[in-house]
Amino acid sequence: MQTRRETLQHSAKVAALLAATGLFPQVALAYNKSAFEGKTLADALKALGSSAPVASTSVTIGGPDIAENGAVVPLTVSTTLSGVKQLLLLVEKNPSALVAIFNMSDSVEANFGTRSKMGQTSDVYAVAVMADGKALFAKKEVKVTLGGCGG
Amino acid sequence: MADPMRIRAQAAGDKTTVRVLMSHEMESGQRRDAAGKLVPAWHISEVSASHNGKVVMSAEWGAAVSKNPFLQFVIKGAKAGDKIAVTWKDNKGDSRTDEATVS
Repeated sequence: MQTRRETLQHSAKVAALLAATGLFPQVALAYNKSAFEGKTLADALKALGSSAPVASTSVTIGGPDIAENGAVVPLTVSTTLSGVKQLLLLVEKNPSALVAIFNMSDSVEANFGTRSKMGQTSDVYAVAVMADGKALFAKKEVKVTLGGCGG
Repeated sequence: MADPMRIRAQAAGDKTTVRVLMSHEMESGQRRDAAGKLVPAWHISEVSASHNGKVVMSAEWGAAVSKNPFLQFVIKGAKAGDKIAVTWKDNKGDSRTDEATVS
């Protein structure tokens, strides 16, 4: 017969195994959900734990002046600074502002490119989060003639 | 399983530019279907890239990244013949890894 103690020990073992394989959803996801649910630039930065951003000429945002199709807007973010921890890409007037977070390492250059959806004409921000939590940003207005978020 | 990624890694001097095209629906969670119901968000949430087995960059993406996402980044110190592997994971738990050789 299995005692209650044995049963408990068994379930603890299974739980440990699950955690080890990363099958527990909470453990497996290091994804910063609250940052992506933030509506504005300030919300997103707060969720990431960095301070209010300061405009900087060392951070560069690249993108078209006018995007004909808001579903595919090519954007690049880069910086000449050293000691950058993360580079963020945000579109101010999207339903949630944060588009992407790029985590840096010593082996890559602080220069990333991707394509984003934009609902309407808006300012686009590139934010560099430094290792000490400081945030520096650059912004650029992109005009959208056809929105890419709704249906 | 999703379609394979297209990865191109080109070395120029000591820098290697990696361009990746992933195949993914990237549903924003804002659209409504014919019946007026919201189509649930379905997007790539995490991307990571490794150079000869060592992770060199990772990214977290929201639903605002375009359908069939494009990613470009620059690796320092990679040589022709090195292996670049890219992995993505979406918010439904699906994932895919593809590998390319630096040329």
